[in-house]
Amino acid sequence: MEQMDYISMIFVFMLSTFIGIGVIGRVSRLLHTPLMSITNAISAIAVIGSIIVVGSDHPLPIRILGAIALFSSMTNIVSGFLITDRMLKMFKVKPGIIKGENVKK
Amino acid sequence: MTIYTITQLAYVVSAALFIFALYWMNDPKSARWGVYSGVAAMLIAILATWAQPQIIIHHGWIVGAIILGFVVGVPLSRVPLTAVPQRTALSHAFGGLAAGLVGTAEYFLWLHGEQHNLTTFRMTAIIVEIVLGYLTFTGSLMAAGKLQGIKWIPQRPVTYPLQNVGNIGLLLLALVLGVAIVMNPAEAWSSSVFLGIVGLSLVFGVLLIIPIGGADMPTVISILNAYAGLSAVAMGFVLNNKLLITAGALDGSSGLILSIIMCKAMNRSFVNVLFGAFGQVQAEAVSDGEQKVYKSETSEGAALILEQASLVVIIPGYGMAVSQAQHKVRELYDQLKKRGITVKFAIHPVAGRMPGHMNVLLAEAEIPYTDLVEMDEINPDMPQCDVALVLGANDVVNPAARYNKTSPIYGMPIIDADKAKTVFAVKRSKNPGFAGIDNELYFSDKTWMLFGDAKAVVGELVKQLSLDTD
Repeated sequence: MEQMDYISMIFVFMLSTFIGIGVIGRVSRLLHTPLMSITNAISAIAVIGSIIVVGSDHPLPIRILGAIALFSSMTNIVSGFLITDRMLKMFKVKPGIIKGENVKK
Repeated sequence: MTIYTITQLAYVVSAALFIFALYWMNDPKSARWGVYSGVAAMLIAILATWAQPQIIIHHGWIVGAIILGFVVGVPLSRVPLTAVPQRTALSHAFGGLAAGLVGTAEYFLWLHGEQHNLTTFRMTAIIVEIVLGYLTFTGSLMAAGKLQGIKWIPQRPVTYPLQNVGNIGLLLLALVLGVAIVMNPAEAWSSSVFLGIVGLSLVFGVLLIIPIGGADMPTVISILNAYAGLSAVAMGFVLNNKLLITAGALDGSSGLILSIIMCKAMNRSFVNVLFGAFGQVQAEAVSDGEQKVYKSETSEGAALILEQASLVVIIPGYGMAVSQAQHKVRELYDQLKKRGITVKFAIHPVAGRMPGHMNVLLAEAEIPYTDLVEMDEINPDMPQCDVALVLGANDVVNPAARYNKTSPIYGMPIIDADKAKTVFAVKRSKNPGFAGIDNELYFSDKTWMLFGDAKAVVGELVKQLSLDTD
């Protein structure tokens, strides 16, 4: 087992939070609902923790907990990505509509 | 190169793809690439984890759980778009549950095995993981129930004496137990304390959501989103897994940013909302006894005025979602466009029940997203607006927010519907909105009310307009 390197983990957490804030701050407000669905799916990355718990040679009750967790995460991954794509498909500039048309001059 | 190194390298690729997934969401044109990137990242992460032969033995269990996930997940992605808020809340619940269960499993595994793994750092992470996980689980289930309108979950905010004191007390108790178990992770009593914390978190999640009403849902959903992300981060700390930390932090910061936007749009302080609805000023229905008079208009009259306009701004709210009026709105949009009238939609950040709710509904009706305009962009143009059509929105157009310091919504940024030359307000009933206050916009000289279900009223308008062209 590798050493617990918690300082570097805290570093990763700090840096990815800043990346997250930087990237998400630029997301179009039009897309906040799809954004939330896709981050739902992304936070289901808990799936890898679940796989380790359910797949290892642990006592049965532990693996049952892991299986429920894996099922929950998979549900989020599948429904999260599918519904995000379904919503994004709907956002379009219709043909025939002049682009850049705006109330503002 | 060991399989461990390969797995870790795959995680690096996966983390980068997750960042791209969010990066591409900055424009509707590239956004679908974001989904593909996210799917690729997730696939890589799952396969890399699965392909560790010394760890993963029970393949059947994994396959079974994955299949079940598909069985439930696919129908969940097919819900009508008006139900997206409750689907989102439900998936936060699933996310919280997964984090809570993995945390629980890891704790008992180490308690009955390698107790040296229960370091102070790891125990702290486990406690954070299970507290956030389980409270997100029950809290999100409650939120989903409220949004879905399930009968035995009260829709209206429920308050009772000493609510805040009780909730804070509960939180403190959980904190004390948490510190105790972090200090003594492997005593005889530790596992009971652990289960006690699990129980407290489950109860706390319910109590957190009980006092919250529909209009606060966009903020609450964003916060639960952040909690779900942070519980994944904590899981990453527990399992020493940097991919979990990265992806969880991306989700956490997304929830954080959305919460801040929602808070600003409702003029509530961030701290106030972060701890649930603590300290929320319960809106008192203010009535000064004086009977005010609405002016109603028929759809014929309204259609005539609409025809004369050159700029029409439609302000949608939750009422449009409830009556599924978006497709009728599209027909109205087409009718007006046909006459050369400019039609814009003014979208308030908290309109609806989750961030961006209105945009998705209008996009479903194939209204070009270039005509969906944010509040800050449309407000300078409102004085030039000939007709503002308020469609199932209420508090977001209440001018009292600008100057009435006693109003519960004072200071909330609003769409300046009152500056338009004429206002039509479509409203189901004469009841006040969520905040329980009268909207003086409805009594203004230039406002005419169109009472009825949003879909029916807009349908009538479309009918009138199409009669005229023939």
